[in-house]
Amino acid sequence: MTTTATAVDGAATGYRPGRTLTIRSEWRRQASRRRTQLALAFVVLLPLIILAAFQFGGTGDDDNGGGEFSSLVELATSGGLNFTLFTLFVSAGFLLTVVVALFCGDTIASEASWGSLRYLLAVPVPRARLLAVKLVVALAYSAVALLTLAGTALLIGTLRYGWDPLRSTVAADIPAGEGLLRLLGILGYLAIGLLVVAGLAFLLSVSTDAPLGAVGGAVLLFIVSSILDQITALGGLRNLLPTHYSDAWLGILSTPVQSDDIVKGTISAVAYATIFWSLAFWRFTRKDVVS
Amino acid sequence: MLARLPARLRRALPVAVAVVVAVTGAVVWVAWPDSPAYTTEDATVTVRSGPNGDEPVDLDTTLYLPADADGPVPAVLMPHGFGGTKQSVAADAKDLAELGYAVLAYTARGFGRSGGQVHLDNPDYEVRDAQRLLDWLAARPEVSKDASNDPKVGVVGGSYGGALALLLAAQDQRVDAIVPMITWNDLSRSFLPQSTGSPEVDGVFKKGWAGYFFSGTQGGDPTCGRFAPDICQAYLGMATTGRATAEAVELLRRSSPAPVLDRIKAPTLLIQGEADSLFPLSEADANAKGIAAAGTPVRVAWFTGGHDGGTGPASDRDRVRFLTAQWLDHYVKGEGDAPSNSFTWSRVAGFNALDRGLVTNGFSVDEYPGLRGTDMREVKVAGPPQIIANPPGGNPAAISTVPGVGALGAAASVAGVAMDLPGQHTHFVSEPLAEAIDVAGAPTVSIRVASPTGEAVVFVKLYDVDPNGTETLPSGLIAPVRLTGLPATIDQAQPVTVTLPAIVRRVEAGHTLRVTVATSDQGYATPAEPNVYTVALGGGALTLPTIAGAEPIATTAALWRWVLAALLAAIALGLVVVVLIARRRHRRTDISVHEEYADTPLVVDHLRKEYADGFVAVSDVHFTVERGQVVGLLGPNGAGKTTTLRVLMGLTQPSGGEIFVFGHRLVPGSPVLSRLGALVEGPGFLPHLNGIDNLKAYWQATGRPLADAHFDEAVEIAGLGDSIHRKVRKYSHGMKQRLAIAQAMLGLPELLVLDEPTDGLDPPQIAEMRRVLKRYATDGRAVLVSSHLLAEVEQTCTHAVVVNKGEIVASGPVDEIVGDSPTVQFDVTDVDAAEAVLDGLAGVRSVAWDGNGGLVVDIDGSPRSEVVAELVRAGVGVNRVVPRRRLEDAFLALVGSETRGSGDR
Repeated sequence: MTTTATAVDGAATGYRPGRTLTIRSEWRRQASRRRTQLALAFVVLLPLIILAAFQFGGTGDDDNGGGEFSSLVELATSGGLNFTLFTLFVSAGFLLTVVVALFCGDTIASEASWGSLRYLLAVPVPRARLLAVKLVVALAYSAVALLTLAGTALLIGTLRYGWDPLRSTVAADIPAGEGLLRLLGILGYLAIGLLVVAGLAFLLSVSTDAPLGAVGGAVLLFIVSSILDQITALGGLRNLLPTHYSDAWLGILSTPVQSDDIVKGTISAVAYATIFWSLAFWRFTRKDVVS
Repeated sequence: MLARLPARLRRALPVAVAVVVAVTGAVVWVAWPDSPAYTTEDATVTVRSGPNGDEPVDLDTTLYLPADADGPVPAVLMPHGFGGTKQSVAADAKDLAELGYAVLAYTARGFGRSGGQVHLDNPDYEVRDAQRLLDWLAARPEVSKDASNDPKVGVVGGSYGGALALLLAAQDQRVDAIVPMITWNDLSRSFLPQSTGSPEVDGVFKKGWAGYFFSGTQGGDPTCGRFAPDICQAYLGMATTGRATAEAVELLRRSSPAPVLDRIKAPTLLIQGEADSLFPLSEADANAKGIAAAGTPVRVAWFTGGHDGGTGPASDRDRVRFLTAQWLDHYVKGEGDAPSNSFTWSRVAGFNALDRGLVTNGFSVDEYPGLRGTDMREVKVAGPPQIIANPPGGNPAAISTVPGVGALGAAASVAGVAMDLPGQHTHFVSEPLAEAIDVAGAPTVSIRVASPTGEAVVFVKLYDVDPNGTETLPSGLIAPVRLTGLPATIDQAQPVTVTLPAIVRRVEAGHTLRVTVATSDQGYATPAEPNVYTVALGGGALTLPTIAGAEPIATTAALWRWVLAALLAAIALGLVVVVLIARRRHRRTDISVHEEYADTPLVVDHLRKEYADGFVAVSDVHFTVERGQVVGLLGPNGAGKTTTLRVLMGLTQPSGGEIFVFGHRLVPGSPVLSRLGALVEGPGFLPHLNGIDNLKAYWQATGRPLADAHFDEAVEIAGLGDSIHRKVRKYSHGMKQRLAIAQAMLGLPELLVLDEPTDGLDPPQIAEMRRVLKRYATDGRAVLVSSHLLAEVEQTCTHAVVVNKGEIVASGPVDEIVGDSPTVQFDVTDVDAAEAVLDGLAGVRSVAWDGNGGLVVDIDGSPRSEVVAELVRAGVGVNRVVPRRRLEDAFLALVGSETRGSGDR
């Protein structure tokens, strides 16, 4: 057991800042957690629950109040693509928000609450690297959840209802092949919209030691934004709300695709996410870790 | 003042200020009253008009004047649509007033508070009224003039007001420019349309729209309302018989621009709606041709609204507003370049998925091509001759549009409410289109009709049918046809070319086109007698005009796309810059080795840490850990031990001073931290993993080779047995503590830093830990142990550093620190005598019994040998002289006995 240091920066043999906490090891750290497994299991389960509801539920004659929702409910069983669309529609508002907030808000805060964060920093994992790896893995898990949800719904929906054109009330039927592309486009836009939640949750995650606070805070602010968006008296200010363009993906269903709101929504989401992440990095690379 | 605020508050201040400013700004922005850029002036103007110009009538007017005008400004006369008042054009009037025009909005005779009767834009009445208003404007000092009694004036109006603009410009050359919108060319053709080119007197009476307008005036005569008697009688006649008389046609034509177009010298911007079953695009087309023939500048634009479609979506409204302002600015105000001659139009692309409004695409070509387009596409339609019935009394009837619902929703006008009745219509269908066709103009089709009475009224429609069979009647427009002199059998019937209403529509590939011929329509008067017609195709194809070279009009959508691209580029650039700066900083980081300390595991050099809230946890800590040493960092709770270790681990930034590890300056994230193993502030593990997996996960995070970890030794030190395979969540505090020490020892770091390592351990484990640490400090390694337990440090450490209130009070070998202790224990033969002797000595400060026949004496630095000599001289036997080697005493002597920790300062 002699002196092992040889590097010019005084590091121990084999230590390289760029090799600490690899994406793979962080992925495994998170994969073994019960909350990761439960969240992913739930997104597999949800389409099955919806399918079961459609199978066993009676055809209630109460109207759904009109609007997009009722039309999507009516069309949900018209094919696998429509079933997937419906599943996404009912998940987009809350479930996916919570799942993304969970993956992105919990990642740093939970390490802080366990006390393991200070040991990672003492390894030392450079702080910016720690954040980057954690963020990438959290986003990857969020993407996996989103794709799993859509994939499961598409699979069981197609098995049950068949491979039929994508139908909607905003435009003519879209052939199944192109419908799949449209569905991927919708997934892409949903993912972009969720970047806001991811950014906010991540910022809260580096600011608090309470994982629940980070996740709940992000979801709460998202809900507040949605509520404010309902108040038309706010006028043009609503355009600045992060949730204002959250329904713009409906434009992908029309022919030709209406991309105006999607572009605006993307600008909004990317800008917010960038601001939140920048603040998170700025804060975390400077703060005193006292947990 | 600011400096006196707590640091935390001071840092939060800019954020708080920013939030307050943002919220205040938002509230002010919402609540700020719009200060109008114009003033208004209401007046009742009495004008004299009528055939002889001597019939007075009161006109209700509002004059909008720009507030910030210096000197006279050009004027705009704004008549309103049928059934409206001056209030109907208020929004447009304000808009133009803000653009710097004096706008005179007025209520036409027969409407609202104005007097008189409705003469339908009769040149002797309504048009003459408007001429008198031009006189009135010319008399206003606020209005600029071309000459005396010749104001600079434009006329902007829609429908009823649009026709007035045309008729006024024809009748009064003082008008400098006009913008007639959604208006007619020939009122008789509008209400008695005939799509084969036959005279209007044979037209099919558009009873739906006529009735809608006839009911549009309130008050006055119970039958005629405020209509002039001649108009009323003409309507009553047509509505009763369903046929027009030559006199009625003549009357309507008096109210039409068609005969007087050659007299219009004012440059004309014609704006017509595509969703307009009252005044279709063909009316604007006829106006454009007539005015252009006289050499007057004419420009045409189409938008997706109209009498059925309303104002259209925002993109259309913006375009119309821009074109109008551009036209007036050049031809009335005399500002700006001459508007180009280009023709702009828009096409419905679909519904907005969010608000269900229309989405339209704008297009432009260099010249107005007319209703026949620039190119013609032919599509073959086919179907056998068929017999269709004319329902008696025109009921039930097919539906194409419903007058007046256009204002309710644009969607209805596009999706259509079209419905045909079985037995009353026949189809001629095309094959699915191989490619999409962008129709822009009036299609034509040829039909043959046979009727036993020799006469037939049919309605020809063009449906766009998608592959699922969903049929759409573009804009709900149909072509009414009255045919006379027909044979009784279809074989003898001559083909008749029917010009369908002009439409703008993209027919997608795979869709079929369907020509429907029906016998009835709710909007039109059809023969009351039941009849049966035979209908066949006349030969030839369905022709569809298209416009070549259509350029899409750029919208804000393109702008937003650029914004998005710019944003992404800026983020990418920002990221690159940040990475470059970080690299540069990293390169510039001082990696020089402090030669003097190169072989010293740890040098803490005048360390100071002040927290954000102003609390000074460490004010001046200075010590060294050499190879082979086990150094105890000793101090009461809150003395600054943990803060020192936090800085040492790179968790917090020091406020002052430096730390060197093997000569490398230590900052958060320093690579040299990899040569340091630590347990600070208790264990930190992933609770869902077992002990061994936690160690593995930790080692994985270091990225170092597995072989360097020395897992077996660490696991042995942890001494957890089989429990190492249990989840950490289920561990006791002591087990976690042992696992944490094992984790700190992974990779056998050269400097081991342990904060309260024996916390939670039982005595045998503590003893074992002592041995482990002593053994660890061999081979050139060093250990720093912080503790508040004196015995532990005394028994484990070779050296000690005593911290109190953030400062070092003693440091050095444990022996020395203890040796400094001034008390000595004497075992003597005669305690009482000894006490008497010692009390008498000058250097002795205190004497106490220790209860075992000995005395504890504070000799205050006097040499022990002298004290012994004095005792012996006095005859007291001294069995044993022991310096009190108790760290506790030393500790208490150093830090004082007060129980308040430095954290309580």
